[in-house]
Amino acid sequence: MKVLRTIVDETIGMFIDDGSLALFAAILIAGVALAAKLLAMPDLLVCGTLLLGCIAILAYSAIRAARR
Amino acid sequence: MADLSTILSTVTAAFLASVVEVVEAFTIILAVGLTRGWRPAFIGSGLALGLLLVLVLVFGPLLTLVPIHLVQFLVGSLLILFGMRWLRKAILRSAGIIALHDEEKAFASETAQLARQKDERRADYLAGLAAFKAVLLEGAEVIFIVIAVGATRGLTLYAGLGALAALILVMLIGLIVHRPLSAVPENTLKFVVGIMLTSFGIFWTAEGVGADWPGADLALLAIFAIVAGAAGVILGAIRRLQAKPLAGAKS
Repeated sequence: MKVLRTIVDETIGMFIDDGSLALFAAILIAGVALAAKLLAMPDLLVCGTLLLGCIAILAYSAIRAARR
Repeated sequence: MADLSTILSTVTAAFLASVVEVVEAFTIILAVGLTRGWRPAFIGSGLALGLLLVLVLVFGPLLTLVPIHLVQFLVGSLLILFGMRWLRKAILRSAGIIALHDEEKAFASETAQLARQKDERRADYLAGLAAFKAVLLEGAEVIFIVIAVGATRGLTLYAGLGALAALILVMLIGLIVHRPLSAVPENTLKFVVGIMLTSFGIFWTAEGVGADWPGADLALLAIFAIVAGAAGVILGAIRRLQAKPLAGAKS
């Protein structure tokens, strides 16, 4: 049972380390997906928002960790 | 058919990421082998590899049933989470905010744990279990990376070959040196792989929602460059942030 728990924890841990980074990334992805599908957002804007959004989230998360 | 730059970046990402994972698994297998003997090490590793193979054979074909845009979106989203996690950690390790992963330390810790269990009746079972867990967990990450960087363009075979090359290389070096591979620059590899996986994730996720990148597959190279540049800027900013209190203390 302990082994199973470890495997589940490690599997989740593969994707989620800093909770806020994962949350903001999920919000960004969902927002871009909705905007692309429902608002017919132009391709370049979809690509640019995703790229710059990810960089902004990474910067925020890393600098916040460094300040702690 | 994907172009050469896509194939090369796929193989490179799978190879480098797999080197990191295989080195970590090797450290545990070596600790088990040298402390409790090679039988539990090989049985534990073999069972884990068998289980991973079964999982790939069962779930792998299911991927072909899912529409390609959905695969791109799901895999891309997971790659963004996975890649940014690696990249964030590598940046923080490079800046000295968190400690570097030390294979010698991991080996010593595992050896000490196995030594504490040596008088237990289940000592061999526990040693085998340690090898099983290490191979299963690191192997699952390798499989995810291979599928993630390869499946969306039908390059799983190339990605798999990259991972296999990493496995063979690490095992060969490990057999020769017979000690933890602490000389492998794990954080540099994680930094590079984090950049590559995050870039793949951004690329696939946008394609998954139906957006076309300017320059098609060549856009991947531009994304690598932008993400790498940004990671460098973030690292520089953190280093300046750390230097500030010291400068203040001197004055």
